[in-house]
Amino acid sequence: MTTPLLRVRDLTMTFPGRRARSAPVRAVDGVSFEVATGETLGLVGESGCGKSTTGRMIVRLLQPTSGSIEFGGRDIGRLSQRALKPLRTELQMVFQDPHSSLNPRQTVARIISDPLIVQGAAVAEARGRAAELMELVGLIPEHIDRYPHEFSGGQAQRIGIARALATSPRLVVADEPVSALDVSVQAQIVNLMERLQRELGLSYLFIAHDLSVIKRVCDRVAVMYLGRIVEIGAKEHLYKAPAHPYTRALLSAAPLPDPAAERTRERITLLGDPPSPAAPPPGCTFHPRCPKARDICRAEAPALRIAAAGEARQVACHFPESG
Amino acid sequence: MSESLPPDSLLSVRDLTVTFPTKHGPVRAVDSLSFEVRRGRTLGIVGESGSGKSVTSLAVLGLHANARVSGSVILDGQELTGRDERELNRLRGRRMAMIFQDPLSSLHPYYTVGEQIAEHHRVHFRSGRRAARARAVEALAEVGIPEPRRRAGEYPHQFSGGMRQRVMIAMALACEPELLIADEPTTALDVTVQAQILELIARLQEQRGLAVVMITHDLGVVARVAHDVLVMYGGRAAEQAPVDTLFASPAHPYTRALLDSLPRLDDDDDEPLRAIPGSPPSLLAPAPGCAFAPRCPRLAAASFDGERSRCETERPELDGPTGPAGHPVACHFPAYEGISS
Repeated sequence: MTTPLLRVRDLTMTFPGRRARSAPVRAVDGVSFEVATGETLGLVGESGCGKSTTGRMIVRLLQPTSGSIEFGGRDIGRLSQRALKPLRTELQMVFQDPHSSLNPRQTVARIISDPLIVQGAAVAEARGRAAELMELVGLIPEHIDRYPHEFSGGQAQRIGIARALATSPRLVVADEPVSALDVSVQAQIVNLMERLQRELGLSYLFIAHDLSVIKRVCDRVAVMYLGRIVEIGAKEHLYKAPAHPYTRALLSAAPLPDPAAERTRERITLLGDPPSPAAPPPGCTFHPRCPKARDICRAEAPALRIAAAGEARQVACHFPESG
Repeated sequence: MSESLPPDSLLSVRDLTVTFPTKHGPVRAVDSLSFEVRRGRTLGIVGESGSGKSVTSLAVLGLHANARVSGSVILDGQELTGRDERELNRLRGRRMAMIFQDPLSSLHPYYTVGEQIAEHHRVHFRSGRRAARARAVEALAEVGIPEPRRRAGEYPHQFSGGMRQRVMIAMALACEPELLIADEPTTALDVTVQAQILELIARLQEQRGLAVVMITHDLGVVARVAHDVLVMYGGRAAEQAPVDTLFASPAHPYTRALLDSLPRLDDDDDEPLRAIPGSPPSLLAPAPGCAFAPRCPRLAAASFDGERSRCETERPELDGPTGPAGHPVACHFPAYEGISS
């Protein structure tokens, strides 16, 4: 395999505790993965699992506590903001809430062309490019002088995507890009992101909690639980035969829009809530909720390793499901 | 109207219309909506933002202070619209209860959860402190909160999101209501916790013969819990059917398009999703005809101008079994099986 576009190794993020003497919170704990050019990697997990923190470290909105982020063969994990600036063109982000991520007092022209002006483009040139981008993402270029509140949620998310694409990035980190949108609008944005990927050769790190959206857009999927990756592999393997008990439980908990299937399918209901990253359980952090937990699970954290011969899938479990 | 009600009907809503006065003129958030909820069954009300699904539930409870509400809401034979606050207060919480999306904002931060549940009980049953407190602990145990006696003495912020929603359910059910209205009760929860809460509601329904109204935007949740489904769009009913009929033969182009547009776990991902163009309608400037007409794939493909003008000018009503599968559909040209939308 050629050098991947993005290679993350042992990425860790520790936030200081809220009070002076409380323990630090390890939000992301030794996460490693790669994203190839033109590929979409999905990061899926429940609230507090560290998926958004991981995304924010990769675009360097957060400075990782330790670990490396190699982008295009270069470690950007420790670069200063000044040294990062030229790289910002290649690494962009799309946020969950389209309206709160757009400045309400700026016109669309300004919002989309700002990243270009920051990088040294002339205002008129940037404006022309903004109009092109609006067309690319399915907006009407004549609306370029309007303000965000004049657009619906789906349209506002198109503006957010146009802004991310302004500097022709190679990698876009999309953090829950459709979950704030109405159901009837989500498919528009999913289709748009897929089309843009084909046309522009983009790579995505697609962060979401919705397993069906992840399945739709991703080539490979990483499942996170309490700051760690518990399973990572090709979408086909992961969805057809989940190897980690948590992946299995997540898939079986997601409601299907099919009443007949809902009545007959096997459902694994996990007990309790996801634990707090401020006080992670010892051993495998999933063991208090795991239907298969045994003594070793309470004592020893399982490493992420190849699940079955001939598969690139890795799983962090002492007793993974086989087949 | 009551002569045709099924004997197990608990809640009957007829021609419910809710209008809010706004700076830009009156907004009709719910427009002549009718439905029935039966004992021991769950009615799922599905819709997107602005469809009127939440306004409907608040109107049933009489919780719209500044709205104009017309039509009729009958709970077990008693008309609720037009009642004064004191009478409604006796019914709210006692015979019908509601849970919301965000339990933290519905719980008082300064009182322990035990006190809040007990107060509820004392108001409705005039029970003593000790009895009400015991009932609160019982209620917490019933909804699966471990160590209920100790947890009753804790404050809402000491509970996780899923546990808070259990507290809300315990409070709602402490007075043994017959009707539970749940407005997006699992939307703020993680999927594994959502599964727990949905199972809890189903178990309580079975034990008590509760009638449940489940309001949600999630067609998966509806498929899991509902017996009957009402699909709303732009403040009006689009389609109403038993759950199997709705998913197997959706007849309203909106229902069909919505089901077609979903990414699915149980499907291949070879083709692009069939997205619905446009956005949900604004209630400030409602279209004169069918609210879905501007986005309707069936209408976009219609070759005959007469059809087009009918959909754009004449509002389709939801009355009678007009759909091909014999259920009510508010569409001039409901879809038939075999004809693709």
